[in-house]
Amino acid sequence: MFFKFKRRGTAPVARERLKVMLAHERAVIGQSDLVAVLRQEILCVIGRHVTVAPDKVKVSTDRGDTISTLTVDIEIPAPVVVTKAA
Amino acid sequence: MSEVLVVTSGKGGVGKTTTTAALGAALAQAGKKVVVVDFDVGLRNLDLIMGAERRVVFDLINVVQGHAKLAQALIKDKRLEGLSLLPASQTRDKDALTEKGVEKVIKELKEQFDWVICDSPAGIERGAILAMRHADSAVIVTNPEVSSVRDSDRIIGMLDAKTVRAEKGEAVDKHVLVARYDPARAARSEMLAIDDILDILSVPLLGIIPESGDVLKASNVGMPVTLAAPEGAPSAAYRDAAQRLCGKPVPMTIPGDRRTLFGRLFARKAA
Repeated sequence: MFFKFKRRGTAPVARERLKVMLAHERAVIGQSDLVAVLRQEILCVIGRHVTVAPDKVKVSTDRGDTISTLTVDIEIPAPVVVTKAA
Repeated sequence: MSEVLVVTSGKGGVGKTTTTAALGAALAQAGKKVVVVDFDVGLRNLDLIMGAERRVVFDLINVVQGHAKLAQALIKDKRLEGLSLLPASQTRDKDALTEKGVEKVIKELKEQFDWVICDSPAGIERGAILAMRHADSAVIVTNPEVSSVRDSDRIIGMLDAKTVRAEKGEAVDKHVLVARYDPARAARSEMLAIDDILDILSVPLLGIIPESGDVLKASNVGMPVTLAAPEGAPSAAYRDAAQRLCGKPVPMTIPGDRRTLFGRLFARKAA
């Protein structure tokens, strides 16, 4: 099978290109996973003190030219506020 | 127990609809109650591949909007008992598909069928996300080609983030199905090898469907390939894949592996 080496195909090139590109893309797109991770962990921390419905915690990011912002919006049920005030 | 399976890929034209029909038929042939659901609103094709295009009266959107009962929209396959089709709408606006509506329909289908197979539209937009939303498991159809593998990687990321299971902290059971595989070209290193694809995507392999004229011929006559050419290599590969979905350990055969050395040399010269 000696000509197998002589006629090296293009598949290894495809494999290397894919590996390099996906390593990059996963890092960039992975930032949207950051939102999911943050949301989960924020929920855990808040949950230790107040009962919060999972869908009442909203986390979002906004990427600007010079700065990026992270917005965390947590809706706490009314009864908790009442108890604290009393 | 009922299982919701999404057939997805990101890229178009890789074989999602062919796979949905073939796996659906293979599971029904194995005695399961199966429904194949077309989520490609506006560009429906599963009805055509299943040979049921003239029997569509109501569709998924009619059911979602409450204009038809599920039983009115389901089309029973004439050849296989236990196989049904829920077609997509060809005319309606794709925004008519709502998350709540889809959830309700899937829930109702789960009560009646062992397998609910959702044929996803191409892309990563709303339709594709709704198709995968309630999935317990996913078949990612990939061709051994760079753009298809890249899109599969993207879809795998979405399965891990946008599904109900992912949001509950559970994982969707993911499988890669490599379609249009040409063993002769892979042997010449002209096509990504199965190991390369699995190494890049890090998702277990469900099956390898060899490139074959059977698939086009089956679509011409509106039959799932497992029914149209049951003796052919793609059918055998789809049947094995269906068995693996049911948890049966079927040894993986890479098409072309069984050829003789002479056969391989001949194929190399001929191509």
